[in-house]
Amino acid sequence: MQITSFGFLLFAALLLAVYYLIPKRAQWALLLAASYCFYLWAGIEYLGFILLTTLSTYAATMAMAARQEKQEKFLAENKATISREERKAYKASVKRANRVYLIICLVLNFGILAVCKALLIEPFKTAASAGTFSFLSLGLPLGISFYMFQSMGYAVDVYRQTVKPERNPFKLALFVSFFPQLIQGPISKFGQLAPQLYSPKKFDGKQLSFGLQRMLWGYFKKLVIADRIAAAVFALRGPEYTGVAFFVLTVFYAIQIYGDFTGGIDIAVGLAQALGIKLPENFIRPYFSKNIAEYWRRWHISLGEWMKDYIFYPISVSQPMLKLSKAARKRMGNFGKRLPVYVASVATWLVTGIWHGLTPNFIVWGMLNCFFIVLSEECSGLYEKFHGRFHLKEKKWYGGFEILRMFILMNLIRIVDLFPRVGDYFARMGSLFTTFNFRILWDGTMLQLGLSALDYIILAGGIVLIFTVSLIQEKKGSVRELLWQKNPVLRYALIFALLVIVLLMGSYGFGYDASGFIYNAF
Amino acid sequence: MKKKSILILCVSLAVCLALLWLLQALLMPKYMANREGALIAEYYGNAGNNDVVFIGDCEVYENFSPITMWEEYGITSIIRGSPQQLIWQSYYLMEETFKYETPKVMVFNVLSMKYDTPESTKEQDQREPYNRMTLDGMRWSVSKWNAIEASMTQEEREGLGMWGYIFPLLRYHDRWSQLEAEDFQYLFRKEQISDNGYLMQTGVKPVMGEFTEAPLVDYTFGENSYYYLDKMVELCKSHGTQLVLIKAPSLSPIWWDEWDEQMENYAQEHDLVYINLLDSQEQIGIDWTTDTYDAGLHLNVYGAEKLSSYFGKILTEKCGVADRRGDPQLSAIWAEKVKIYHARKEEMEAQS
Repeated sequence: MQITSFGFLLFAALLLAVYYLIPKRAQWALLLAASYCFYLWAGIEYLGFILLTTLSTYAATMAMAARQEKQEKFLAENKATISREERKAYKASVKRANRVYLIICLVLNFGILAVCKALLIEPFKTAASAGTFSFLSLGLPLGISFYMFQSMGYAVDVYRQTVKPERNPFKLALFVSFFPQLIQGPISKFGQLAPQLYSPKKFDGKQLSFGLQRMLWGYFKKLVIADRIAAAVFALRGPEYTGVAFFVLTVFYAIQIYGDFTGGIDIAVGLAQALGIKLPENFIRPYFSKNIAEYWRRWHISLGEWMKDYIFYPISVSQPMLKLSKAARKRMGNFGKRLPVYVASVATWLVTGIWHGLTPNFIVWGMLNCFFIVLSEECSGLYEKFHGRFHLKEKKWYGGFEILRMFILMNLIRIVDLFPRVGDYFARMGSLFTTFNFRILWDGTMLQLGLSALDYIILAGGIVLIFTVSLIQEKKGSVRELLWQKNPVLRYALIFALLVIVLLMGSYGFGYDASGFIYNAF
Repeated sequence: MKKKSILILCVSLAVCLALLWLLQALLMPKYMANREGALIAEYYGNAGNNDVVFIGDCEVYENFSPITMWEEYGITSIIRGSPQQLIWQSYYLMEETFKYETPKVMVFNVLSMKYDTPESTKEQDQREPYNRMTLDGMRWSVSKWNAIEASMTQEEREGLGMWGYIFPLLRYHDRWSQLEAEDFQYLFRKEQISDNGYLMQTGVKPVMGEFTEAPLVDYTFGENSYYYLDKMVELCKSHGTQLVLIKAPSLSPIWWDEWDEQMENYAQEHDLVYINLLDSQEQIGIDWTTDTYDAGLHLNVYGAEKLSSYFGKILTEKCGVADRRGDPQLSAIWAEKVKIYHARKEEMEAQS
């Protein structure tokens, strides 16, 4: 069931109605049932994957919890008789045992994820479709990258004892499968999401209204902007489009992926809000970023946080890294001090790239991001000197220049997503410096990309609207809160106007290709 | 305060719904220029007193004139035709017809037997618009629901599915950029464009040569087509209505001898009347240089009047359909229809 389908809207409407009518203590069970219905709708063949993740996570965390409890009991009972060293040694032995449970759980789940992703690339894809791996030739199970990361994050948190394990397997199943975020996140943390999922919710008209408004805004971004421009993005991938056309592709893809991904997240967060559940924000107007580090604090935040907590920090503080740090500091001075951070960054971006896909372009994408982050860090001293001399930061236009610079840089990095053969990507990049075919902007080429003049007008209007809303959000905060203060008639009129825009200008129905979400494929 | 908020919310919702309804009415095609899509909806205003109901595709609504049959034989008849109407649509239209009236004779044109599934029609890109021309005009009922279910192409199912029929606004949402004067002119009220389902054409375009088509690999009609034909037989039997199968005398698409044989056999097996009117062109008196408006695909009004005159006799003599001209109430109603028909004919002749 696509979340842009009318079946999904009916499903969500029914769920909301029943959710607030049934006894509050049963609400979480209803959410679990709804989540599994949603999952089953995608295909019963995928059920095994999510069940396996849920059960293996439950088993591992319960085993760890049992050890931890035993440890607490033992230490309490023998508080007076054992020495500090014995206490430390006992704790270490428990931790070692728990580490085994954790590793088994991680290897099992990430192994499944790796196999599923490997089957999307050659030569495994051909082998799978030929039946060699017939039991796994199902395509990528719905939301597997998202629910698996969420579950494994939880398992690590239990190991680290930062959260208490959930003893009710059904409640844990809800945490793993909560359907609004199943398709493309956000990836939530157990401590933040689980208490909300299980607690009773009173009907709150304002939250319901805000949630539905956010869903509508998400549909606008997805159906009016992302799905409309998708045809041109597809066309511009052709080998004949080089130079300026390639640059146009980078901009169009930036618009498409923004509308697609943030639109999908708005729908997920909005539906959760209507259910009284606050999901973490995944985007904070990323195209307003002035440097790459800021960009990654604003784009796909939940994945970035996950990588930071479970990849970057553990590597940074690991024993080999501490040794490296010590040795590098002696030999390389200040750079040596930063070296372990850079090594951890490389590892983190490598994993982030692989998370997106096992094809080389995603590895290159991760490494390019890492390269520019490190470069930016290494050049920070130079920047400071430059700005100390010219005082450009005080000028308003310079802020705009920084935003534009970052937008273009990220577009050029991001576009590698579309070129599984990395050589094609670099060839196109090269054409930016050799092919100056500006005429394609006015010689009619732009109208041969599957977009009419009217489509461009709609896109331009939509982008202006998104930009305006983003500016208001950046300067004044929540637009919905601002609207809430206004006359209700004006509020309803604006919401209705947006609904009509989505209904009339959305790319859906007969003659349009029903397109899924880009991040659904990751 | 709370009461006031709820009141504002309710009024706003009502206004929004009314505006959406208005928007839907505006965006739906009116079919006043491209008239074929308006035929199905016109039935309801003329239902109730028809002894003969014709069901089928363009070969019925462009070839038979109920007015001529009334004028010459006193037969009350109506056509439930629509472009490229498929057999399952014909069946559900038939089923729906019995909710409004029980005619003595139901005439079904068998050309659509050649299409076994929604996907097997020739012009796939045209399938959905043709579906809409038949189905949008039907009033909501179980028959309409089933007709939609049976008619949807794979693309339709994967897209809006049934929702596109329940809320046509979703289907026609992007027509806002193609709106024409007629969309505003006929927003609330449409003109009657047919004469009891007959779509008049007065132009003349003679047949230029012989029609040829590539021979088929397999001439056997599909299982699905027979399934719905069986259902039609059952349905008519259960209502005491005589089902007459016909093949209208259109020259193209070609009606193959192998198809004709299958229909002959079927009619024999089920004790039905099957008339291939292509075999009676001489008796009908069709002159293909003057009686067709599109070079043999369909008859113009002159050909349709000849065919109706011929077929009216069959209905009277073979099927026992009564002359109702003695009924003053019916005569009054039909007198008005006759007047409109001739006025339309004169007007169209003057224009062509």
